[in-house]
Amino acid sequence: MKPVFEYTKGMTEKEMHYCPGCTHGIAHRLVMEALDEKDDLGNALGVTPIGCSVVGHQYMNIDMMESAHGRAPAVASGIKRVHPNSPVFTYQGDGDLASIGTAEIIHAAARGEKICVFFINNAIYGMTGGQMAPTTLIGQKATTCVDGRTFAQAGSPIRMAEIIATLDGAVFVERVTLTTPGGVRKAKKAIQTAFEVQEKKLGFSFVEIISTCPTNWGVTPVNALKWAKENMEDYYEIKQFKCPEEVK
Amino acid sequence: MAEKKLMKGNEAFATAAINAGCRFYFGYPITPQNEVPEFMSRELPKCGGAFIQAESELAAVNMAYGAASSGGKVLITSSSPGIALMQEGFSFFASTQTPVVAINVSRGGPGVGSIQPGQADYEQVTRGGGNGDYHTIVFAPASVQEAVDMIGKAFEVAEEYRNPVIICADGILGQMMEPVVIPPAIPPVPEEDLPKIRPWAITGHKNKREKNSHNSVWLQQEKLEDYINSYWPKYDKAERELADWESTDLDGAEVVFVAYGSTARVALEAAEILKKEGIKAGLIRLKTLWPFPKEAFKEIGPSTKHVVCTELSMGQMMKDVECALQGKLPVSLVNRVGGMLLDPIDAAERTKKILEVK
Repeated sequence: MKPVFEYTKGMTEKEMHYCPGCTHGIAHRLVMEALDEKDDLGNALGVTPIGCSVVGHQYMNIDMMESAHGRAPAVASGIKRVHPNSPVFTYQGDGDLASIGTAEIIHAAARGEKICVFFINNAIYGMTGGQMAPTTLIGQKATTCVDGRTFAQAGSPIRMAEIIATLDGAVFVERVTLTTPGGVRKAKKAIQTAFEVQEKKLGFSFVEIISTCPTNWGVTPVNALKWAKENMEDYYEIKQFKCPEEVK
Repeated sequence: MAEKKLMKGNEAFATAAINAGCRFYFGYPITPQNEVPEFMSRELPKCGGAFIQAESELAAVNMAYGAASSGGKVLITSSSPGIALMQEGFSFFASTQTPVVAINVSRGGPGVGSIQPGQADYEQVTRGGGNGDYHTIVFAPASVQEAVDMIGKAFEVAEEYRNPVIICADGILGQMMEPVVIPPAIPPVPEEDLPKIRPWAITGHKNKREKNSHNSVWLQQEKLEDYINSYWPKYDKAERELADWESTDLDGAEVVFVAYGSTARVALEAAEILKKEGIKAGLIRLKTLWPFPKEAFKEIGPSTKHVVCTELSMGQMMKDVECALQGKLPVSLVNRVGGMLLDPIDAAERTKKILEVK
């Protein structure tokens, strides 16, 4: 009998600690499937952030390390110097990448580091319990803006993919979403392309992944997907910003 | 036979690191250590290595963390405020037991401070600086030659102990030229041999072994306690085996100077001045700051009435000296701070006054 669905070799069998309805599990699996399909699980080197996915290395079946908060792109830049032919990636959340780690992400992109960055944007700090993130939408409630984020008090949410796309070193930049099955398929394609860009040593690749946090948003998993689709995808345009000819 | 050359300290440090097999360097410009990144940017690509000018010292130490965790032999250098920024990284290196060698070409502080030589980072480098239960091993050279020799040893110790080693080289050592013999070159470990030489490194499991994970977070505190207890014996071993010092003229000394780095050379001159005036003076020169060479103080004989700490800080080293002496002798401070240097004649005069008052 032909199997129609299998557990990917890229994921360990450890039970995940993520909350019900959280999309980290999907994002982890897409990255690992992309590596598995290229037979690269044995070569890949990954860096996890500080945030809910700090222990992502327990679930991904590859050699990995944790980094200090926000520093994953610097850590990955160091790894890539020692292993220039191995696929190297970071997996970071919005507090990690778009707040404390802005210097590291901007400069890794500007240097054209031949690494992939997978950026999970769920518009909130998950691990610390629902504080406002740099990507929290105007009007969105968080524990440090209980009446909703206001522009007057906290400025505007940061669109990282658009910022990264302005840098010449970043050659592949795409924002994808996990709110629909079609979105998940496109997200996988973007992750695959990002690794292909790295393999061809074309430059820096950045995939922003619109994700959910039902627990800290205070909604059910189904409503979280609906909320992200209606609100986040409105502010954060789902779009391929840049793609080199060689991988089109 | 290696040739003796006249070299500027910072360039000698960089050359010694390359000869010790280091091929990865990450740095950010800060005075007085700029010759190191400049030299590395020119020389590392020529020998198959890599240099990145980082966007900050924070980024530099974290690039080093990635490179070292994946098996590379890494040097980082900075000066006082930059080393302060790097403390986040040192804590992670210690937490994951990853080797690295760092050089602090120190200057006057606090804050931005001055760009002239200082020794006010003693507590910063010996007391961790970063968060948590760990130590950095700290070497304190007093000449360019000794720095060069200690850099080779630092890479060996970092690898053996899987821990950061800091060379505490003040701005004088970084900036002055001295004759130096650079130790012969050790070939670097090729990338394909890293899994064999450093099996703990993240090099890719190649579908042949279990995956390696370097984790610093411990969500179950019982496991973190077990982990800390499991690596702590290496610090006990370091205290037994690495503490190092050099004693000069302790026999019959009325006063004993304690010093490290360039200031030890000033103290030795001050001791010579005092001897000419009939006051017998000795010197304990610390070659490691952590582990602190407590045993050195057992060599002080009954003739000694006073211990004088000469250092370019407000007495940061003196606290360790007092601790080692356990109240057996009076301890005084003869110092300059903020980037000012100690003059041997001034040090001798101030020491005489201390002895008279007693």
